[in-house]
Amino acid sequence: MKTSLSPINREAFGPREARHLLLRAGFGAGPGEISTLVDAGLDEAVDELIKDAKTEEPADLPKVDPDVVRPFTQDEREAFARARRENDEAARSEIRRRLNEQRAEDRRMLGELRRWWVGLMIDTPTPLREKLVLLWHSHFASRHRNVRDTYLMYQQNQMFREHAAGNFGKLAKAVVHDPAMLKFLNNDQNFKRKPNENLAREFMELFTLGEGNYSENDIKQGAKALTGYHVEDNDFVFNENRHDDSKKTVLGETGNMDGDDFVDVLLDQPACPRYIALKLYRHFVADLPDYLDEVPKENREVVERLALMLKKNGYKIGPVLKRVFKSEHFYDEQIVGKKIKSPTQLVIGTARTLGTPTRSTGTLSDGLSAMGQELFDPPSVAGWCGGRSWINTSTLFTRQNVCTYLITGKDPRQKKWDRKAVNYDPMLLLAGVDSRESEPVVDHFVGFMLGDHTPMARREPLYKFMRERDKGVTKDSLIGLLTLITAMPEYQLC
Amino acid sequence: MTDQNAYTRRQFLRSGLAMVSTVSTVPIFLSRSSSVLAQSTGILPSNPGVPEDRVLVVIQLSGGNDGLNTVIPYGFDDYYKNRSGIAVREKELIQLDMQTGIGLHPSLRPISEMVGDGLAGIVQGVGYPNPIRSHFASMDVWHMGDTLSNKGEGWVGRAMDSLHDKEDTALSCISLGSEAPLATMGKVVKPVTFEKPEMFRWSGRDLHEALSESYDELNQSSAVMDESDPAAFILRTAMDAQVASERVRKAVNQKPVTQFPANGLARQLKMVASMIKAELPTRVFYVAMGGFDTHANQTAQHARLLDEFAQSVSAFYSELKATGHQSRVVTIAFSEFGRRVKQNASSGTDHGTAGPMFVFGEHVTPGLIGTHPSLQDLDDGDLKYQIDFRSVYASVLDNWMKIDSTATLGKAYKHAGVLKV
Repeated sequence: MKTSLSPINREAFGPREARHLLLRAGFGAGPGEISTLVDAGLDEAVDELIKDAKTEEPADLPKVDPDVVRPFTQDEREAFARARRENDEAARSEIRRRLNEQRAEDRRMLGELRRWWVGLMIDTPTPLREKLVLLWHSHFASRHRNVRDTYLMYQQNQMFREHAAGNFGKLAKAVVHDPAMLKFLNNDQNFKRKPNENLAREFMELFTLGEGNYSENDIKQGAKALTGYHVEDNDFVFNENRHDDSKKTVLGETGNMDGDDFVDVLLDQPACPRYIALKLYRHFVADLPDYLDEVPKENREVVERLALMLKKNGYKIGPVLKRVFKSEHFYDEQIVGKKIKSPTQLVIGTARTLGTPTRSTGTLSDGLSAMGQELFDPPSVAGWCGGRSWINTSTLFTRQNVCTYLITGKDPRQKKWDRKAVNYDPMLLLAGVDSRESEPVVDHFVGFMLGDHTPMARREPLYKFMRERDKGVTKDSLIGLLTLITAMPEYQLC
Repeated sequence: MTDQNAYTRRQFLRSGLAMVSTVSTVPIFLSRSSSVLAQSTGILPSNPGVPEDRVLVVIQLSGGNDGLNTVIPYGFDDYYKNRSGIAVREKELIQLDMQTGIGLHPSLRPISEMVGDGLAGIVQGVGYPNPIRSHFASMDVWHMGDTLSNKGEGWVGRAMDSLHDKEDTALSCISLGSEAPLATMGKVVKPVTFEKPEMFRWSGRDLHEALSESYDELNQSSAVMDESDPAAFILRTAMDAQVASERVRKAVNQKPVTQFPANGLARQLKMVASMIKAELPTRVFYVAMGGFDTHANQTAQHARLLDEFAQSVSAFYSELKATGHQSRVVTIAFSEFGRRVKQNASSGTDHGTAGPMFVFGEHVTPGLIGTHPSLQDLDDGDLKYQIDFRSVYASVLDNWMKIDSTATLGKAYKHAGVLKV
């Protein structure tokens, strides 16, 4: 395997490389975008991707009401206290009824938020940005199930977007100020007199250093630094009275540190750039174990070099990604087509690559959940494991069937299918392909959907299918071809 | 069989049980949960009549079932005081324990009959410390079986993980529903999950017959595969999926000999019975029914829910008996929490804490297990739990599944005595 991070030859940037870049730095793209990127050339292609990831704002925002879940007003608090004191079950019940209504409305809004993000990922002109938001969502994982406030999850999602390709240090600081995270990891209950260690622990174990790079005492001290980092309404508030201003010693550094200082100490640890470099590498380059010790030597060397670069650039993400996306290593044949697509990569990528109608973003979002990637509800604070954990006998069928849904409009939950529901013409993807013979047409689709590395033997059943169609290459036969290609094991890879 | 007979038979079975176990022989109705909770020694593999290919079925009652109107402490004055609008009258309910005054909701007649036949046990006051009243969060606690861990794994999944080195786990756990429940997610072993059997297959087959042939060609291989290659790993999974899909769909297409009621839970249990009959190598089936979040006008609604539950379980065991598989199957049913002792102003009930669990099968301890929580010694209007739900899991894991409960639950829990020892 090539482990060099030097850029490939400018001339070597062809359709294979452009396709790979579009898949990994985004969700995938069709033949049109691939050839545009080839024409632009490697440098411009990568530089534009990174630049876009930093600047563009999403055009449409979801309808999320900041006040659906809100704290009690003074009056309500008093009424509640009185009901409780006087054991007035009717009044308490009324309050609970109102809270339940709030929760129901909040869950409805969560559906809206999920559909919005799915739609945004499909339509965005800056897919790298969304791909980074997805990374940070899994890295700094918070769950709506515990936070129980859709607006806070939305705020967090926008915060990830703001810092997407920015600076990891700034992002980490933003996270200790993020209301959803403060609630999720109970830091809103971290008081001087009664410290709660949850956020301090996960910040070291999962967000910056990795297990084994800190002690239990560092957690205790870090928790003290984070005391008073609370939430009021939908905003961060520093609760000075609840903050422990005493001296703390974290990882050998001593001072009257607060939460931000604590994060600075962590960012200064040599383990931190390594840990983050591995995360970036696993997201963009290869499926690997999440402990550096277990990573094969060749990949580990690359990660170590990326870690140095991350450190040297003061945790700026952009330059590191730029280096990766241009490197010989990134385009090596042992990297291209060897990564298992996340459900989001699969679904969003299929819609973008084939230019299918979006169908229902609700059905797509339900599909993601069924495949194990419920947006805004990762399985735990450790985020999604990725790699092979995505694939089992059930999720594989769901993956294939959601692709079929995008291509044909056939809802996987319904037996019935109306041909009129297709509303999609893959003939458009044949622009620039002159031949209508089976082999070149199949090769064209295999080329951008599976990659040129697909062996002849694997194409044979597709040729055969196409050859046996009475009317040759038509909209209908192409629909068939696309459903077949998306149902191939190779289509699960990128 | 009259209720009185059912009661007597249950009593007989319970006292017989007391003699063979090392549990104290105080009268059942006076026995404290602590004595029922005595550590059991496990069913020996050589026990006659206890098959080795054992199946566990988990029924999840989502929404928070009102335990107090399910297993009814009619003998406690506070029951009627707190629930004047929704209480079940003594003459309507089914007597279970006349001494203490515990009865079953009238909709549960099929279950009282199962008690009489030695096929149903009811664990009273099941819960956990520091109860959570949010549906999702409390359900997560029940699913993970561990309030501290937050690793995205469930108790059934972890149990299946422990088998991974010893047997093929491709079909070890089957869950019915659109998404795999957290309970069934292992680190390695994931459940087969489907809502309808026709969804557990490639939907492209419905589009055109020519597609099926090509699909099959693309998803099989006779070559020896190097599974360090991800494409080979996925192809292997695809081939497993084809086999599993065919076996499962063939199994559920069999017509049952029993008439199942027409409701969601019954449809699921009918499929489970078929899969058990087809002898799939499945150890755990997970099914769910919802609707138990009865905040308003709950009386008719709750009666209907319990009716659906009882009729479905009863049909399920009739089918198992008729097909000769009854002795292989233990079933447990739980809800994420019970409801508050006092009804609310809308003739409903709000989220509470402890509630009953049900256990079914030939090998369960029939009748009431443990004691009913007090309606006076409350925790801010809520019941105090008597038996930790993990004690029930531990019994089932160690004594039925033969899977080490300490490793699965991360801690040794006392057995809840839900199985005959």
